[in-house]
Order: sequence, then structure tokens, then C-alpha cells
Amino acid sequence: MIYYDNSATTMPDDRVLDTFIKSSKAFFANPSSLHRLGIEADRLLGRASEQVAELAGMPGGKVVFTSGGTEADNLALFGLARGNRSHGSKILVSAIEHPAVLQSIPQLEAEGFEVETIRVGRDGVIDLNDLDRKLTPDTSVVSIMHVNNETGAIQPLDEAGRRIRAKTRAVFHSDTVQSFGKIPVPVSGNGPDAISISAHKIHGIEGSGALILKKRNGLEPILYGGGQQEGLRSGTVPVAHAAALAKAMRLAVEERGLVPYAEWRNDLIRYFGTYGKVMVLGAENNAPHILSVAIRGIKGEIAVNALQEREIYVSTSSACSSRSRKESHVLQAMGVPDEYRHGVIRISFGRMNSSGEIAQFKEAFTSFMETIERV
Amino acid sequence: MIYHEIMIRYGELSLKGKNRNVFIRKLRDNIRRITKDLPTVKVKAEHDRMYLFAEEGQEIEEALKRLPDVFGIQSFSPAVRCKADLETIKETAERILSDMDTEGKTFKVEVRRADKTFPLKTIELQQEMGGHLLPIFPGLVVKMKNPEIRLLIDIREDGAYLSTKTIQGAGGLPAGSNGHALLMLSGGIDSPVAGYMMLKRGLKLDVIHFHSPPFTSEQSKQKVVELAERLSAFGTRIRMHTIHFTEIQQAVQDAVPSALTMTTTRRMMMKIADRVREDIGAKAIVTGESLGQVASQTLDSLSAINEVTSTPVLRPLIAMDKLDIISIAEKIGTYETSIRPFEDCCTIFTPANPATKPKTDKVIYYEGNADFGPMIDKAVAEREIINLPLIKDEDPFSDLL
Repeated sequence: MIYYDNSATTMPDDRVLDTFIKSSKAFFANPSSLHRLGIEADRLLGRASEQVAELAGMPGGKVVFTSGGTEADNLALFGLARGNRSHGSKILVSAIEHPAVLQSIPQLEAEGFEVETIRVGRDGVIDLNDLDRKLTPDTSVVSIMHVNNETGAIQPLDEAGRRIRAKTRAVFHSDTVQSFGKIPVPVSGNGPDAISISAHKIHGIEGSGALILKKRNGLEPILYGGGQQEGLRSGTVPVAHAAALAKAMRLAVEERGLVPYAEWRNDLIRYFGTYGKVMVLGAENNAPHILSVAIRGIKGEIAVNALQEREIYVSTSSACSSRSRKESHVLQAMGVPDEYRHGVIRISFGRMNSSGEIAQFKEAFTSFMETIERV
Repeated sequence: MIYHEIMIRYGELSLKGKNRNVFIRKLRDNIRRITKDLPTVKVKAEHDRMYLFAEEGQEIEEALKRLPDVFGIQSFSPAVRCKADLETIKETAERILSDMDTEGKTFKVEVRRADKTFPLKTIELQQEMGGHLLPIFPGLVVKMKNPEIRLLIDIREDGAYLSTKTIQGAGGLPAGSNGHALLMLSGGIDSPVAGYMMLKRGLKLDVIHFHSPPFTSEQSKQKVVELAERLSAFGTRIRMHTIHFTEIQQAVQDAVPSALTMTTTRRMMMKIADRVREDIGAKAIVTGESLGQVASQTLDSLSAINEVTSTPVLRPLIAMDKLDIISIAEKIGTYETSIRPFEDCCTIFTPANPATKPKTDKVIYYEGNADFGPMIDKAVAEREIINLPLIKDEDPFSDLL
């Protein structure tokens, strides 16, 4: 089996599962309990939280453990927008955000916020001049993802941050679900004030993620209850999930350089370049672990099925939208021509892939292309 | 930027006359102690500055993180070493400045020329460097007084040391250079701050804590251990004396009318603290009392409590507001621990209406109802003593995280 759908989810690392099981057994107590078991669980939680903040490049920052990337994005948008209304009620997001951000817009608008989207160019990268034009003094939150989940395009967070800070007092959030552990996230300097991450994209466990902030920045909760996590996210904190997330993040950062994603990706770009019918969406300066290509005149689904026959798993544009048959908003925003837009497949690498798999993939794809040439 | 050295400027101790060498030695020892786990770090003390070197850039980085906690340092600057020839110095300076935001910044070159064999004189080198750098970084504006960027070039025999950054130190006097006292540490917000302030004035501290099982839990004691351990990061090692206080507290309840129990309890604590102080050869007692903050800290209460001893009782927080105390506690990292919700021995037996103006003679009269002497002897003799920081056990979480 060749699993090339790591941007949808990754196979959990045994070492992370090990942490999860051990912590669940030894530190099962509620970390809010006053007795010794509770205090020990709370110490583990505290250490996990510290480690998460450090690995995110925000040592001493605030960590809110969530149920995953979507909740982290929702918490960032609603929590920061509501908490910073005194700065203004305008919110800017890029046109290619994950649905966790884009689908929040109607509700934000219903609450009286004005939301504008930032355009992207054909390369899938935001138009900084458009950002500049739309930044006004009453902008209170800006959210720009780091690496796009469909194309791998890297967004210029540092430069965006510089412009945001030059014109506004807005809090800058970035969805780094696809980039964390794959490429360095530029949080120092002008980088974002807050980032969202998800455990299962970095060989961790589904149902776990975090919003990490340099400081609270007025964040308000979106879940109310027992006041856990300093009131920012009520609900008994799942200590084992927190520990497993900290471990997954450490492994992702420590082992980042060990897998030659760029080499594989560039090899495939050269290979796809030999087909007139195949358009590579993205470039060599994109994130190295994601490569999307569009095949003229066919549906992406057909390629997914054909490759699956050979135990190779890729996805159409993105797993979240691939079953909904809706056209991808990202490809629309990038202006991908109609005859290509339906034939997109996404190949995304993870730590468990190996170099030998590239040749096998090429062989399978070549044979698939021969089949469709014949019909 | 990879640094090779940190130059450390002395704080107030540069004022001290005869004791100067004692202070410098103490500071050097304290710095050596906190960098003991960094194998290539070397510390060299000179009359007017101290230098910290390391083979490994990472160890310098680590040392930079720890130095802000060390008392007796006014400021410190990480420096890059290069060959002491003009061309290399120019290149290095260029590299350092290109890492910085120079746009519109005021700027000055300062030269120290300890190695007099260097061909250019101080002023010549200054002019040469300015002439070289200003065209490359046109945003810089020369200013002699209080420039924003101060490029220091220190020519020594083993090379030239260049630095631009000056990081504020903790100030104060080297911990342990100014005598030895006993801190009464409760677990609240104030007493760790009082300890910190006295450490900053160069005191070496032991701490004493009163523990009343089963009314106070093991966790509440653990919290105090953590606070004392945190304080030990600012100076010398700290010894902690834990007094088992239950029996005395119960005797106080029986002997004294409830409005006065708090005063008597504090007097007993002070008596015990004074005995321990004598035992360890310390010269003073430190408390976190702040005038008028609670019933036991009114002037009448302080006077009634203080009556049991003629030892100096140092109260560094006496004139401080609670909010100012809290902000120091947050800064030194004791606040989060202090506010953990455990009962301590002061809260558990608190009377509903403690006297805010206790009469000392009345208190003494009621204390005659019980024979506290033997109980105090026993509490002092049976105290538990631990040394902090604790030798670290295996980290229980290291394989999990």
C-alpha cells in the first residue's frame, strides 16, 4: 500500500499511541480534582501545554486544547472577533481558507461583523496589495492560513503580518494545520499572534488539536461550562490527548528534516511535465509535501479509483470537499481553467512514506494515462 | 547570530569599596553554579566586568536565558569574536548590523582597545568603522549621546569582540554576599516576594514553614516546597525547615479567647522561627507582612507579635500595596503556585473576629494558661529539613512527552 493522502489524515505514529495509552492508564484522573491523582494529571497537562507552546515557537504562550483544527479555527475567529469588538468589527480572511474559517463567515456576519476576503493569484498565493487595500483601522481580526490544503501554496505570513501591523491593531491568526511539522512556521517577528494545529495531520490522534496564542489577546470562549483551561474552553481536559499532541508535535518537529519531501515532489513535477494533458497546480516553492495536478478532460475521481486498484491512495482536491461534489473554492479562486478543474488529484506525503514508492506511483500513473488515452 | 562570549557588567557592587572582591567572587560562583550543566562554559571575573565564554553557541544561548535571574548584574551583552584585523572587524560588524533593523536608528561606534598593539588608535578605529558602515546602512544616524544602536568593539589579545545588544540584568547584590536570614514562608502570595526582595539584597536564606496535618494537606506543603525551590533559582541553595504545628495550634485554641488566638499563634510561630534562626546562625527573620493588609498585620498586631524577640525582623513589603506585590509575584513566577487553593495553617483556625488591636499584656496573661515551652522545644527539635533545589528524580513524564 502507498498512502499519499496525508493532508486528509495521517497514520498515527506508534510512539504517539504509546503515550496516549500510558497517559490514559496512569493519569486518568480529572486534572481539576484536588487530590493527588488529580494534581499529577494536572502536572502532566501543564507540562504538555508548556511543550506545545514551545514547539509552536510561542514559549510562555497560551495553549487551548480543542477537539481539532476546526474547533481551534472557530475559537480563534469567534473568540477573537467578539473579544476585540472595541478595536472594530471588520474581519479579513483569505479566499482560500479551510471551510472551518470560510463557513464561519455567515454566522460572523449575522453577529454584525463585516467580513471581507483577500484575493489570491493564479499561483494560489494571496495578493498582498489586495490585503493592503482591505486593511482598515477598524480591522480587528485577520486570518490567513499558512499552507493551503489543496495546493500546498505557502502564504507569506511574515510580510502579511508586517502590513497588518503597519495599519491596524488587529489580532493575526493563522491556520497552520497543514504546515506545522512540515515547514517552519514563522511566528517570530511579524508572524501570527495565534495558530491552529491538528494532531491527526502530524501522525497524532484524531479528535485533538489546539489554538496556541502568544498571549490571550482578548480571546473569549465559545464553549461555556466548568471554566476549565482558564475559562477559555470548558469541558474536562483530556490529559492523554494533550500529552499525545505534545508528543506528536515534538516528533514532527524533530523528524522534519528526515524525509525528503521536496526531492519526491520535484521528481513528480518533472514526471507530470512530460504529459501535455496534466497541469501542475503549484510550484517548486510550494510546501514540499503537497502536490496537486489537474488532468484535462477527466474527473479526478476516475484517477483516484484507478490508482486505488493498485493500492495507491490519493485524493481529489481535498478530502473535506471531495465527497460533496461541489467545485473547489480554492481552484476557482486561483482561476484554474474549466476543462482542468474537475480532474484534480492531490498527492500528499507523510513521515511514513518511503523513496521507493515514487517509482511505483509513476508506473501506476503511466499505465492509467495509457488507459484513458485508449478510450 | 552565533555568539562566543557574554560580557557582564556589575550592578551596584561597583560602588562597594573593600568588599568588592568578595562580591565579585560571590557573583562568579553564582554564575558558575547556574551554568554547571553547560560543560564548555567558562567564567572569568575581572575588576570591572565579568566574561562568560563557551565553545558551543547553544550554551551561550542557554546562558543568555538564565542570566536575567542572577542578582548583582546590571546588564550583559552577547558578543561575537573575530580576528583582530580591520577587514575582518568590518565584515563582522556588517554581518551583525544586517541582522538588525537599522532604518532611522541612531548609532554610535564605541571602541575599547585593551590590546595596545592593535595598529589603529581608538579614535582612528572609530572613524574607520563609521566611515565603512554608514554608506552601507544609510538609515543610520550618528548620535553620540544615548544612541539606539551602540556597536561596541573590544580589541583584546585573543581577538576582537563585537556586540550591539545590551540586556538588562536583575540588579541588586549577588545572592549570599550580604549575610544569612530565615524567611517565614506560608504559601501565600506575599512571603515568596519578600524572600525574593531580600535575596536581591544579597541575603542567603533558609525558609521555615508551619505545617498542621491533617488540617493542612501534603499538597499544601508541596506547594511551599515548590515556592522555596523557585526562590532557590535566584540565588544560593535554600534549606527548608518544616515545623509540625498541629499540637501547638490546638493548645492555643484551648488557652486563649478566640479573638486573640491569631495573635498568640503568630507569637508562637515567631518564637519558633527565632529558635531555628539561632540554631542555624542566621542574623534576622524575614516576613511578608504588609502594614494593615489583614488583622495580624495592623501596627498593634505587629507590635504584639514582635514582642517575643529582639532579633531584627525584616519586612520588605511593609509599605507595599497588594497589587504591586502581585505584579512582582507574577514576574518572578511564584504567583500561579501561590494561588493554588489549599488550606494553610493560618486560614484553618482563623477566628471569626480576630482582634485588630490586641493588647500585648492581655495576650501574655492568657498564654500563661498553657505551658508552651516544652511544645516549642519539641517542635524545633523535630523539624524536618530539606535542601533545595531538590536533586531531580527521573522526570516521570519524559517518556510520555
